Amino acid sequence: MKSLGNIRRSFAPWTDPDAKPFITFRNVTKRFGDFTAVDDLTLNIYHREFFALLGASGCGKSTLLRMLAGFERPTSGEIILDGQDIAGIPPYKRPVNMMFQSYALFPHMTVESNIGFGLRQDGMPKTEIAERVAQMLKLVKLEKFAKRKPHQLSGGQRQRVALARSLAKRPKVLLLDEPLGALDKKLREETQFELMDLQQELGLTFVVVTHDQEEAMTMADRIAVMSHGKVIQVATPAEIYEAPNSRFVADFIGDVNILDGKVSASGNGKIELAVNEGFTIRTATGHAPAAGSAAGFAIRPEKLKVTRAAPVDASVNAAEGEIWDIGYLGDMTVFYVKLGSGKVVKASMLNAQREVEDPISYDEKVWVSFGETAGVVLKD
Amino acid sequence: MNSWSRFNIVSVVLGFAFLYLPIVLLVIFSFNESKLVTVWAGFSTKWYVSLFNNQGLMDAAWVTIRVALLSATIATVLGTMAALALTRYTRFRGRLLFSGMVYAPLVMPEVITGLSLLLLFVAIGFDRGFVTVTLAHITFSMCFVTVVVQSRLLSFDRSVEEAAMDLGATPVKTFFEVTLPIIAPAVLSGWMLALTLSLDDLVIASFTSGPGATTLPMKIYSQVRLGVTPEINAACTLLIGLVAVGVVIASILTKRREVQRLRDEQAAFAGR
Repeated sequence: MKSLGNIRRSFAPWTDPDAKPFITFRNVTKRFGDFTAVDDLTLNIYHREFFALLGASGCGKSTLLRMLAGFERPTSGEIILDGQDIAGIPPYKRPVNMMFQSYALFPHMTVESNIGFGLRQDGMPKTEIAERVAQMLKLVKLEKFAKRKPHQLSGGQRQRVALARSLAKRPKVLLLDEPLGALDKKLREETQFELMDLQQELGLTFVVVTHDQEEAMTMADRIAVMSHGKVIQVATPAEIYEAPNSRFVADFIGDVNILDGKVSASGNGKIELAVNEGFTIRTATGHAPAAGSAAGFAIRPEKLKVTRAAPVDASVNAAEGEIWDIGYLGDMTVFYVKLGSGKVVKASMLNAQREVEDPISYDEKVWVSFGETAGVVLKD
Repeated sequence: MNSWSRFNIVSVVLGFAFLYLPIVLLVIFSFNESKLVTVWAGFSTKWYVSLFNNQGLMDAAWVTIRVALLSATIATVLGTMAALALTRYTRFRGRLLFSGMVYAPLVMPEVITGLSLLLLFVAIGFDRGFVTVTLAHITFSMCFVTVVVQSRLLSFDRSVEEAAMDLGATPVKTFFEVTLPIIAPAVLSGWMLALTLSLDDLVIASFTSGPGATTLPMKIYSQVRLGVTPEINAACTLLIGLVAVGVVIASILTKRREVQRLRDEQAAFAGR
């Protein structure tokens, strides 16, 4: 069976029409004065899902999270959590906990009492609190630091205290606001996988807000790409990357070459596109715009092939150009190829071998080619 | 090494002399045997003894301490509330007017504050005494507390409060368990400031005080008008000593906390 991306998911409740969403935003709008932060947004999140809200700053993703936590009230629309409309419930009565971007640890309390704070608010007996706190400390591997104050911890340790504190009450949903934003790169990569393991182990629903697409791609079951208060696409990381539904998503996630043209022939699940760069693209597509209409074609750099010799069939999906620039990144090399029309496309090639016989160099004439399923026709 | 130029030495000596010579003279003459303030006649502590036997001065000191403690405490509560209102509710009606009015007493001449309070108390037929002095001191020291606490609140990370509420603490509990402990140092220094202001206020107290509620600065001032006695010198020396001890303790504590903090941070980064 063919699948987008080279992973197959067994967890996919969103494909099951009978599955009941755990969190539902229904026509939610949030305005701050004249500014519309969230615009008539509808979204379903399922139980045990690791869901990421991805977007540039100011796209409304944080506002959405804060509405779920109860710090903001929607101007209109409803937010349903586990069958209950929570729009009017104050934050301290919601079965939802949040991990803050700044961690927001209580500076005057030890690690222990930070983690136990929520349990104390619930009036849990002291012995049980101690037990749960010990369990949480073990979970985040901070047993030795129980008596320290936050300022006596490193950034990574603070992050884990914040995580333990937000998990201590066993919330139905854990909200994470840029959880790894303040960590350095190496620690961030480690922590990504720790978070995923934790989520699996505890069987919780995680909603994470991030502006880092790599982070979202690695961790999330599904990603909602947001822009100007609207959700542009909700899909698995592979779908988002391989089948972006719009120019915005294609451009926002990863690198992409977008070629514009007119549909010259359509049918049989394939279309032909006469692009402005002066060649014809034949591609398989799920949706088929009518012949004569304008359409955009998106193709990722790693799906383009750069060769000196012309491909066998150079009548479609191939264009001639010359090397404009070369970027050597170690694991791969990026070729910037200037096509006849003057447009520069980006093609990347994995450096699978250490030594290359007669490598392609600057100003050489080359052919750029790709297969019929390598790119997608954009809907707008 | 920089060598000390003659100019540097002279300016340091002059500067310190300017600041401390009068105080040093006062301290020296408080130990004078003679009743004449300007004539040295040998060392003695008799003025300290007679100070403690001077019922008038001791009464005044007691009134001052009570007024200071009470007014500083109430001013701190009110000033902190005002600071919270001004920093937290960013868009309420008349906020600008309110914040301007809170700061006005900072720059208002004391004579005007005193006079206006006097007029108010007379107009509503309030008998002047302990209560009126305390009220007056609350009025003028509150704004100092507000300024100190407000500057702390401006750098306060609100997400800490949100975290507390997120974990189930009601807004009231959040204030007492999270906000207040964090801003406590600022509140405390506001309280100390109010206390000091009340302790050494002469002008406003003169306007608003009545019989039986003479404060120490008022008493000293009225006695000095009849001639400076070494007793007054002794009283002032005690006050200076008290203030000096307070300042030294405060700076040692701050320094020690800073050193501790630095050490903690180094430990945290070394032993990750």
